[in-house]
Amino acid sequence: METSTSPTAVSAAAVLAPVPRERRAGPLRWLAGFGPSGLLGLAVLLFWLFATLLGPWLLSHSAAAMGSTSNVFAPISAAHWLGTDYLGRDMLALIIQGARYTIGVALLATLLASGTGTVLALLAAASGRWIDAALSRGLDTLTAIPSKMFALIMVAGFGSSVTMLVVTAAIIYVPGAYRMARSLAVNINALDYVTVARTRGEGTPYIMLREILPNILGPMLADLGLRFVYVVLLLASLSFLGLGIQPPAADWGSLVRENIGALAMGGASVIVPALAIASLTIAVNLVIDNLPGRSARERGAR
Amino acid sequence: MGAPLTVQGLSICAGANTLVDNLSFSVQPGEVLALIGESGSGKTTTALALMGYARSGCRISAGQVQIGDTDVLALDAARQRGLRGRTVSYIAQSAAASFNPSRTIMDQVVEPTVIHGLCKRAEAEAKAVQLFRELALPDPENIGSRYPHQVSGGQLQRLMAAMALIGDPELVILDEPTTALDVTTQIEVLRAFRRVVRERRATAVYVSHDLAVVAQMADHILVLRNGRMSELNATGQILSAPADDYTKCLLAAARPAVRASGQASGDSALLLHVDQLSCGYGAVDAKGQPAKLILEDINLKLYRGQAIGVIGESGSGKTTLARAVAGLLKPCHGSVMFDGHALKPTLQQRSPEELRRIQIVFQMADTALNPSQTIWRILARPLQFYKGLHGEPLKQRIFELLDLVKLPRTVADRLPGGLSGGQKQRVNLARALAAEPDLILCDEVTSALDTVVAAAVLDLMAELRRELGVSYLFISHDLHTVRSVCDEIVVMQHGRKLSQVARADYERGPHHPYYDLLARSVPELRQGWLDDMDRAAATATSSTREALA
Repeated sequence: METSTSPTAVSAAAVLAPVPRERRAGPLRWLAGFGPSGLLGLAVLLFWLFATLLGPWLLSHSAAAMGSTSNVFAPISAAHWLGTDYLGRDMLALIIQGARYTIGVALLATLLASGTGTVLALLAAASGRWIDAALSRGLDTLTAIPSKMFALIMVAGFGSSVTMLVVTAAIIYVPGAYRMARSLAVNINALDYVTVARTRGEGTPYIMLREILPNILGPMLADLGLRFVYVVLLLASLSFLGLGIQPPAADWGSLVRENIGALAMGGASVIVPALAIASLTIAVNLVIDNLPGRSARERGAR
Repeated sequence: MGAPLTVQGLSICAGANTLVDNLSFSVQPGEVLALIGESGSGKTTTALALMGYARSGCRISAGQVQIGDTDVLALDAARQRGLRGRTVSYIAQSAAASFNPSRTIMDQVVEPTVIHGLCKRAEAEAKAVQLFRELALPDPENIGSRYPHQVSGGQLQRLMAAMALIGDPELVILDEPTTALDVTTQIEVLRAFRRVVRERRATAVYVSHDLAVVAQMADHILVLRNGRMSELNATGQILSAPADDYTKCLLAAARPAVRASGQASGDSALLLHVDQLSCGYGAVDAKGQPAKLILEDINLKLYRGQAIGVIGESGSGKTTLARAVAGLLKPCHGSVMFDGHALKPTLQQRSPEELRRIQIVFQMADTALNPSQTIWRILARPLQFYKGLHGEPLKQRIFELLDLVKLPRTVADRLPGGLSGGQKQRVNLARALAAEPDLILCDEVTSALDTVVAAAVLDLMAELRRELGVSYLFISHDLHTVRSVCDEIVVMQHGRKLSQVARADYERGPHHPYYDLLARSVPELRQGWLDDMDRAAATATSSTREALA
């Protein structure tokens, strides 16, 4: 590069130096960013989502899935790919039907918890200290109640329904999401660009949504994934205790409970729903850990 | 006594990028070589390689480093560890980050001798006290029993030098040891370093971006650029007759050029009038006095088109003044008049029009630009917010702004992460200019930039002042910078305004003693400046002694 004696000319040359463009990659490049373990997780996750959405429609075309046989706790066979349960029903069909409850309820509850937590956290960070103090202490009180105990009380008080479960799980996980988002947002709030926006005269909603939110979104998505796993486990354990989804509908947790008798007989019916829970939680974690751009951020300056 | 250092064909790579490319130089025993260059030029990377160390992700790919008879790069890891702290020692930029806050200073200073088993603890402590004395530290006998937070930054930097020198190393590497210090502290530390290096005749490599500092310390200067050697010559030669274009450019940037002011002050209207302003933090008592007073009784008048510099050490209340004027901090006493009207104390009470007319530009361009917004959005927002521009006029205005700050129009759809420090600072300025303000509060705008880039930004600011007639309240700790752009200088210390000096009187004294001290402490770009200062100080003390006698 030509240099000259004038400082302005040199800096102008530096200004024109090309900066590599990293963005603008196709979806394939984005997928490649996941890496092998991330892709494995993504495949498993997509499989379960697929089962949730299309499962009932597929099952309606299958004869084996509909009727029950007298063959209780049958092992894996050509007729019943995953064996049968304690009533002789096809396990594959039950798992696929259960996926709707487990994934659907968990997804709704997680979105509700993370969304509420993030919005409250942004409000706390961007507005004055009284709102912050009130919100923080209020949600701290919620954290003090053991989550299973709280769920028990909710179910005892209002009965068990899908809506009830979603609301309960969401309430239990709001404080965690709030704390996470608030700690991130408070740091961003102290940065100069937020100060500049304030001196410009911007209102609190603009500062919350435009200045702070985009910069905490990455970590909050990762947190959302983790929280999803917690909710799945919470729902499974509630169902195992008989407080979750009520029969005849069954999520994976209640499938484990119903078929616990098969444990002694070595039947597949208790192992399969347990494996389903494990595979879903592990898959979600793999995907979160390998979200593209995450490693780049860690390598980056901050 | 130092050992000769020879570097042959040193190359350092990080992945596919070459950070340092085929560098060769040698330092004679007892000499000081300065490595100078902008950030990212490979100064520190080279300095670390002299100890056989490469930061994670980097790899020393070729070359030879010879200290005395030892080939550093040929040694295995264990032997290299044996070498470090004993044969070669390193003084880092931030002493505060290099000391363990939970152990006493003496424990840490004698640690190299303990690790390498050089001598007994008592001997080492005696030697440390001797070093403390040489480094002109106060109370050398007892300072060792204090903890790092109980001494000042400048003292900590000297203590770190003691730690580095206790093992009688053959080579000392000083990596920007005075960059983080105030000018008045810097001169003390420089003095101590130079005396120790000279008396011990240690071989030293001094890494810095500041030519004026280097001129006082080094026998030879090596100018680095993008990992390549631009020039290597004796200090006097480099300063008087630089051969390389880049060196010339560095020299030009380091010499303070006075930027012509826009209008003559005095005949234009009064824009900002700060009247008996006091500000503070903490709980407010019954009389309305906060627990900790940061600013006390500040008076300031700024006329339209004028640039006033506010200068002082860190902690003197410079930034607080800007925050109070901007409305970010509520004053506890006094008022701020802007263009004939009193400004309300807080942001919420001010009208958008008042907010538009005062804009603030921050020091760290990295944190002043939202990393998730493109330059387009960053510049568009104030235009939409204040003027309601959209569509074609908005686009035109954004391009105008980019032209104004001399950025290519293509940066508009980049994110701040893809811009260099100087470019970010230009965007930062452009955002302030988008509001078409009357007054821009500049908080250390060039402090985080390299000399050459900073000079270009200052040029730009002076030009904008001439063309647009904006006024600046220019906050800086660097007297050079302030002198070169401002019509008047306000000197602050401990939250009080000490004096105000007009441009015409910069060189004409005598001023307030603190201003004179600041002015004297700024290193001049010539060899022997520090010696002259020492001599002047010596005559001054002897004359006072005579006067007392």
